[in-house]
Amino acid sequence: MAIEHEDVRRAAHLARLGLDDADAAHYVDDLGRILEMVDQLQTVDTDQVTPMAHPLDATQRLRADEVTEPDQRDHFQRCAPLVENGLYLVPRVVE
Amino acid sequence: MQWETVIGLEVHVQLATRSKIFSGASTAFGAEPNSQACAVDLGLPGVLPVLNEAAVAMAVKFGLAINAEIPEISVFDRKNYFYPDLPKGYQTSQMYSPIVGPGEVEITLDDGATKQIGVHHAHLEEDAGKSLHEDFHGMTGIDLNRAGTPLMEIVSQPDMRSAKEAAAYLKAIHAIVTYLGISDGNMAEGSMRCDVNVSVRPEGQERFGTRAEIKNVNSFRFVERAINFEKERQIELLEDGGVVEQETRLFDPELDETRSMRTKEEANDYRYFPCPDLLPVVLDQAYIDHQRRSLPELPAEKRARFQDELGLSAYDAGILSSSRAMADYFEVVKDVCGDAKQAANWVQGELSGALNRENLSIEQSPVAARQLGGLVSRVVDDTINGKAAKEVFQALWNGEGDSADDIIDAKGLEQVTDTGAIEAMIDQVIADNPAQVTQYQEADDAKRGKMIGYFVGQVMKASRGTANPQQVNALLKEKLDQA
Repeated sequence: MAIEHEDVRRAAHLARLGLDDADAAHYVDDLGRILEMVDQLQTVDTDQVTPMAHPLDATQRLRADEVTEPDQRDHFQRCAPLVENGLYLVPRVVE
Repeated sequence: MQWETVIGLEVHVQLATRSKIFSGASTAFGAEPNSQACAVDLGLPGVLPVLNEAAVAMAVKFGLAINAEIPEISVFDRKNYFYPDLPKGYQTSQMYSPIVGPGEVEITLDDGATKQIGVHHAHLEEDAGKSLHEDFHGMTGIDLNRAGTPLMEIVSQPDMRSAKEAAAYLKAIHAIVTYLGISDGNMAEGSMRCDVNVSVRPEGQERFGTRAEIKNVNSFRFVERAINFEKERQIELLEDGGVVEQETRLFDPELDETRSMRTKEEANDYRYFPCPDLLPVVLDQAYIDHQRRSLPELPAEKRARFQDELGLSAYDAGILSSSRAMADYFEVVKDVCGDAKQAANWVQGELSGALNRENLSIEQSPVAARQLGGLVSRVVDDTINGKAAKEVFQALWNGEGDSADDIIDAKGLEQVTDTGAIEAMIDQVIADNPAQVTQYQEADDAKRGKMIGYFVGQVMKASRGTANPQQVNALLKEKLDQA
């Protein structure tokens, strides 16, 4: 599967990464080679292999439904650039 | 041309857990902004989510209630998008291996007929925070208390064919989740909201038409109105030779219309992938069996029992089983008074009428089920007549006494069934109204039937409403006819 300049641009935009043209050209090449390897993996016969959702051979632990977190708003908001009336302020989002 | 409407619903149900789906922060409604948003909810570096067992149990119960398959393994995925009320930059959801597989929900239509609506799957996910756009000097305020609140999204098959069926489906889901106690089902507070997929196709055509998705419809009434508007819009478009675009639309309840939000080209590419922070969830048969044993009687079963065992009509059984609160109330009244039909009549008649007038839900009723049961008992055993019963109901409603018996005693409403006492009152009324008696006796049988009402009224008045009306009627007729 070949990757085009446009694909890289789009992926970068979706991840909110700023790339200039030189960066983009570099990634076309880099990601292209990764995808070549994926193509190679795709040729392996995996019919008898159960797909796995996680590399660890373990299952999710569950926690009891209890409120254990105290209110630490002031502590958390100390590293926020802007707060008001307990709210985090961000540049206006147009709906 | 005849058109057929095809509807599918995605219903988001907020689960009634105490803590969040992946953190120990509280989910209580109405707290100070961000006072219930912990490090996990804020997506701070180095935190790890741990799944809430109660959220899993609730989803499994729902699955069992709709006869769905519960797969042994389910997996959480990341749905990636950027929005300030989603601090991690992704919503933890389930895309490929949801916790609840295909199931079925039975809906009841206006004519009493039932229909099965397929559920494609139901999955667990976390809610986002809330953005406030007004009054922050051109900035947006973010409250993350809601971030991480557990949601279950129930995705139906495109099995509904009218706005009425869609509303009936939504009501059925509402009844199931509230019966199970896994959500408060409060639509006004956003505990249940839905996205509606609508398309139209010429009747008889197998292929589906292009659908529009209407976002965030938050009442039973709006679902019907949004679908009816959207159906008409699409039919008109197609009949004028146009095409329906696949797009997301918003319903505006004030203008009663839907309008375009974004088209397919602008649609998000969420780049789902399995969440590496969460391991696969494995549910063994013992766990599922344990949840199955804890299921309460569900709406459809209750409706059938009300009909088959209590002898209620399909209509009464349907209404009384429509919500768990209503059904529980009715059952207490029935158990106290021992007469299911009278209990049904009083709950749906006097009580529902009074609740509607005051715009109260049955949970807010000033008359407790035990009190109404006590009142109906006295109707059933003939202690009071119908008129007195209404007076006792009103007194209970106004808080004038704790039990029907107290009020009957205090107001002297006990029915007079002593023939001698009734005859004495009748004799007095006859003596006091010689002119009316003469008129009555000169009238023919047909007129007499109407005229006797006057005397019954006088006797009832003399007894302050406590005489047994059937006895009064019979004795009066006897006395007037022979006088």
